Amino acid sequence: MKKILIANRGEIASRIIRTCKELGIETVAVYSDADEQMPYVKEATTAYRIGEPPVNKSYLKVDTILEIAKNEKVDAIHPGYGFLSENAKFALDAKEAGIVFIGPNPETIELMGDKIASRTTMSKAGVPVVPGSEAGVSTLEDAINLANSIGYPVMLKASGGGGGIGMIRCENEQALAKSYESTKARAKAYFGTDEVFVEKCIENARHVEIQIFGDGFGNIVHLFERDCSIQRRHQKVVEETPSPFLSDETRNKMYETAIKAAEAVHYVNAGTIEFIVDEKENFYFLEMNTRLQVEHPITEEITGLDLVKWQILVARGEKLPLLQSEISRSGHAIEFRLYAEDPKTFLPSPGRIETFEWKKGKGIRVDNGFASGTVVSPFYDPMIAKCILFGESRQEALQVAREFFEELNVTGIKTNAPLFKDLLEEEEFVKGNYTTAYLSNRAAVKK
Amino acid sequence: MKEITSTMAGTVLNVLVNAGDSITEGQEVLMLESMKMEIPVESNVAGTVTEVKVSIGDFVNEGDVLLVLE
Repeated sequence: MKKILIANRGEIASRIIRTCKELGIETVAVYSDADEQMPYVKEATTAYRIGEPPVNKSYLKVDTILEIAKNEKVDAIHPGYGFLSENAKFALDAKEAGIVFIGPNPETIELMGDKIASRTTMSKAGVPVVPGSEAGVSTLEDAINLANSIGYPVMLKASGGGGGIGMIRCENEQALAKSYESTKARAKAYFGTDEVFVEKCIENARHVEIQIFGDGFGNIVHLFERDCSIQRRHQKVVEETPSPFLSDETRNKMYETAIKAAEAVHYVNAGTIEFIVDEKENFYFLEMNTRLQVEHPITEEITGLDLVKWQILVARGEKLPLLQSEISRSGHAIEFRLYAEDPKTFLPSPGRIETFEWKKGKGIRVDNGFASGTVVSPFYDPMIAKCILFGESRQEALQVAREFFEELNVTGIKTNAPLFKDLLEEEEFVKGNYTTAYLSNRAAVKK
Repeated sequence: MKEITSTMAGTVLNVLVNAGDSITEGQEVLMLESMKMEIPVESNVAGTVTEVKVSIGDFVNEGDVLLVLE
């Protein structure tokens, strides 16, 4: 592989370019009018403007991106996360054009992208799934009957959804009736299908995911877990590894289950199995992300591996570089997603970043998509950087994080850094005692 | 005449009222999307909608007029 097109933007484009440079691979970047000044555009070997800022006029334009890939004679396309990364049609179109899509097969993407089909597949493979619909519910009456049989509260979810979008918690029948039509309408608008299903809502849950990796020879390994329970609006804010909560027994059981899940779909390349874990450490399959995760750096910090490099090696037909027995971890890593948003209301804060400076040093890694003088536009995700802090122990990692946020200097826009400073002093967070409800409960108390 | 303006830059996801509707203070009149997040726009006054200045898919900047009321 000599040349790779990166069908993405911001920090993940910069991240992929970094590994490509190390491997001596040329890179082709694409950008919208809003992103012309972004660091990744300058870091790539060549860069192409692909359109106006809205995503459907730029980063989702399959034909335009493939046209550039063909003209540039690239060997492969790296889709990053979001945008086209879980678009089976794009993966297939690339393959048919003779370009390697860095990710799993289009069939796997399609199967795992359908929440009901993926539940059924996992259930058949012996992977525990959250109690709920075997198929989509077609009427409100069906939804109510099902909810009555599994018990409230329930989650009403869009079959085509994911990443926390298109789902709502319903406390009772009235709430379910009220949300049914609007959830269907929203699912249709966002995902092109209005199919919805019902799942039991797991209370006081934690969100723990297992990184897996497969190659074209049937080898599959896990790269341990990431605890992603600190969320707001079902979007991850802080992730850490190892999980401060799981017992070793559960941890090992989850690794085995994740490998079983990946084997069931003959998984190739990087993937993540997301589980929801209840207070008693029962765990259930939520979804599989068939791509590189935003939070992959914490796994890299504790294993010393470069996951983007592994993705490229596997995509060019090589075996996984290590066997399970050769993979080990040490230390503790935490990622804080720095968002351009008001730390109290969580509302977006787009604008020009005047200064963006941080302390460099041992245990500090910042994957940033923006720099001083660049503009955070309202068209894309509010994440401006990932702050990844590492220590030999969790306590040490937290101390590195405290010192990091003390020194971090961002002006021109609001960020959620004050939230992290507070979190790092809160007893329950410091103890590792938190669930997915932590941030919303905290906001409610402070009101 | 009163105007409801946008409090931030974003894309109009949904318009929840029509010309002729009477609305109350605090009512959600429009849904914006900014930075992948849905942001409801509430009316800060009561009145009757005389004109809807935007439609679904439009991009608006902070301060742009969304609705005119009387």
